[in-house]
Amino acid sequence: MLEHLIFGKLTLGDIPFDNPIIMGAGAFMGLVVLAVLGSLFYFKKWKWLWSEWLTSVDHKKIGIMYIILAFVMLLRGFTDAIMMRLQQAMAYSPHMGYLPPEHFDQIFTAHGVIMIFFMAMAFVFGLVNIIVPLQIGARDVAYPMLNALSFWMTAAGAILINVSLVIGDFAGTGWLAYPPLSELAYSPTVGVDYYLWSLTLSGIGTLIGGINILVTIIKMRCPGMTLMKMPLFTWSVLCAMILIVVSFPLLNITLFMLFLDRFFGMHFFTNTMGGNPMMYINLIWTWGHPEVYILVLPAFGIYSEVVSTFCKKTLFGYKAMVYATMGIAVLAFSVWLHHFFTMGSGADVNSFFGIATMIISIPTGVKLFNWLATMYRGRITFSVPMLWTIGFMITFTIGGMTGVLMSVPGVDFQMHNSVFLVAHFHNTIIGGVAFGLFAGLNYWFPKIFGFRLHEKLGKCAFWCWFVGFYLAFMPLYILGFMGMTRRLDHYSAASGFHPFLVVAAIGAFVILCGIIFQLVQIAVSIKNRESLRDVTGDPWDGRTLEWSIPSPAPFYNFAETPVVDSIDPYWKEKQEKLSHPEAVKKPVYKDIHMPKNTAVGFLIGVTTGIFGFAMVWDMFLIAAIFGIASIAIIIARSFNWHIDYYVKAAEVEKTEAQIRTSVETQTQVV
Amino acid sequence: MSTHAIKNDLHHAAVEEHAHHGLDNKAIFGFWCYILTDLIMFAALFATYAVLEHNTFGNIGIRQTASLHFVLVQTLILLTSAFTYGLAIVASKKNAVNKVMLWMGVTALLGLSFLGLEYHQLSQLAQAGHSWRNSAFLSVYFSLIVIHAVHIFIALLWAVVLMIQLPKQKLTDTMRTRLACFGLFWDYTVLVWMLIFFIVYLMGAI
Repeated sequence: MLEHLIFGKLTLGDIPFDNPIIMGAGAFMGLVVLAVLGSLFYFKKWKWLWSEWLTSVDHKKIGIMYIILAFVMLLRGFTDAIMMRLQQAMAYSPHMGYLPPEHFDQIFTAHGVIMIFFMAMAFVFGLVNIIVPLQIGARDVAYPMLNALSFWMTAAGAILINVSLVIGDFAGTGWLAYPPLSELAYSPTVGVDYYLWSLTLSGIGTLIGGINILVTIIKMRCPGMTLMKMPLFTWSVLCAMILIVVSFPLLNITLFMLFLDRFFGMHFFTNTMGGNPMMYINLIWTWGHPEVYILVLPAFGIYSEVVSTFCKKTLFGYKAMVYATMGIAVLAFSVWLHHFFTMGSGADVNSFFGIATMIISIPTGVKLFNWLATMYRGRITFSVPMLWTIGFMITFTIGGMTGVLMSVPGVDFQMHNSVFLVAHFHNTIIGGVAFGLFAGLNYWFPKIFGFRLHEKLGKCAFWCWFVGFYLAFMPLYILGFMGMTRRLDHYSAASGFHPFLVVAAIGAFVILCGIIFQLVQIAVSIKNRESLRDVTGDPWDGRTLEWSIPSPAPFYNFAETPVVDSIDPYWKEKQEKLSHPEAVKKPVYKDIHMPKNTAVGFLIGVTTGIFGFAMVWDMFLIAAIFGIASIAIIIARSFNWHIDYYVKAAEVEKTEAQIRTSVETQTQVV
Repeated sequence: MSTHAIKNDLHHAAVEEHAHHGLDNKAIFGFWCYILTDLIMFAALFATYAVLEHNTFGNIGIRQTASLHFVLVQTLILLTSAFTYGLAIVASKKNAVNKVMLWMGVTALLGLSFLGLEYHQLSQLAQAGHSWRNSAFLSVYFSLIVIHAVHIFIALLWAVVLMIQLPKQKLTDTMRTRLACFGLFWDYTVLVWMLIFFIVYLMGAI
């Protein structure tokens, strides 16, 4: 009895010792973890790790951790992608490929879940965390402790999904776990439970993060920065955060209902006892479609910043851009049904959602033309971020057009569940979101770490991704027309799919080269950081507030709260300085109010992570202990009355002077 | 006024705002956002309820779950508790800590008695063989009611924490902010109950 309370369903037999691929991957993950732990012991960095990172509430450090998490998960998700491409290139009859069907199912599910929730979302939150407070002249986000909590819950979800690789299995249901397939009757293993708990944890983290950034933007802008003077990245993030606040509760409750079905034997989405599976599909897409815009709007914001900086022009049509972003955010909630026109809701309903979908392409088109018009007659620098942006404009336009094509219900009936659709959404998500995040990373890297990324390697990475993308996904459009459905683990040689799938696999390997170039780029840049050092704090001749402070930003961000009266405040300040060098005022330093570090976020991440794992395996005793511990930590935190402190004005002055002298000596060296 | 003067003014305003004490507006605004998210969660549950309401699969429907009189008593208890918490806030404006404690205690007791009635009703249903396993309607009915009850339970836990903190801390700005957030949450749970009362029970009785 006690054994069951502690270990639940878990036995040694749940670890797939007989599967060399999984064991190999598990051993590799174990080695990486051991190497990290070992070096922490060897270099005696535990204290540093604890006090500088794990307990940090600094939005910049939390952002960096988000981005590291995103990169790690990118590698995991991309490994899944390569495995799928290899399987499909090999599995034409009579060959069956190297993956058994149930493993292939888990791989495409994990690929989707990881890339959306733990790569793209984590990356977006990383950049948002670091840049938004810097762009609006704030010292931190609205709730620094909750910010750490958001990150650690996301990390707990990510760890849970990786644990599922070795202990037990993962869902084989596709990334949205449609019932009735995901119900207990058809998915009796713990796979779907892993799915539910990892997404629940990260979903709660994202929801808290969304509220946090939303309040930060609404309440903490520096004096003079009215809504219509906010940088466009901040605007697009504001819209994305509104979408998070409105849509993520839907995800959480929908997954919770599926959990109730599986755990308590309820009948929300079963196909017996009156359950209605289509209800799940409707609910999950009322979250799922806005989610697409949650990812892509911040990317649009990044492109706006990059285009305006590297063309040396104020963004063309700022107001149109704001209205377009807000328009997309509102329309995001009126199109969810286009994911399942084949449900059979009738011509009236389908045409409403079809037309709503087409309407979304209008504000998106407005944005593209604005970027083009900004480039027109601009002084364009073809830097790495700019290359990603131009690559995006071409790729995303193609993706957008195939989307409009599928918004016609009649056409969609043909395309539904084909690889044409797979090609379409990779076209928009890689071409729109991933390219944008990479542009943003190259663009803001000097602000985050104090040195630029290696330019040439960055360009190599871009070209590999760009070419690889077209090689990998254009064949899928053709295959879609040929009638190939998605998620096929093998097919008949007579179908004629094989040559196209070989090209797609080659494309995936070209993208792999791109990822390797990105990793090498980071490594080489760290090695050559002295020669790549950003001494001015403004390496690209930027326009917004984040470039007005030193790189990397001091922990209090702004020594003096900035005051703003235009869309490009820092650009204007630089122009004024050129024309009236005598008008530059000596800064007046004041005490700065800062939050203290706290372990609360990290601890709750740990306890909820273990709670999730225990719930997956029905370990009720452990689940109860760690569930109660999570609540106890929150209550204990509410008894802590000393959560903030003041940085004295004298100390600020000293730090600023130090930064200035080190800049001066380095400028002399350069 | 020159730009320079405007800048100075703005700067002044910013500094003043920083020095101003009182309720933490940032926290309260954020809490409103949280309540919005919670309400959307319930919206999804209500939508599911509307879809599954008649899928009783030969088991009982909404009219057999509880008598309207019973539910009316629950409703009146919760409405009264919202009023008594309002009295607690009035007392906090007058700096009367003991009265705040008193009215919070009354509010919590009313909440507790609501939970007691809720438990009584649901356990009777389950004992009569109408478990959540028996039909889609019973699944969504139990979920809706229990998720609301869990909200009340969390609020009670929160009330206890606040009542431990209040006597020592007195009515500081932090405590006032917490009282305000708690009030938002309490009224919100009452609001959700009103939605349950109308959408589930009254519309079900038509």
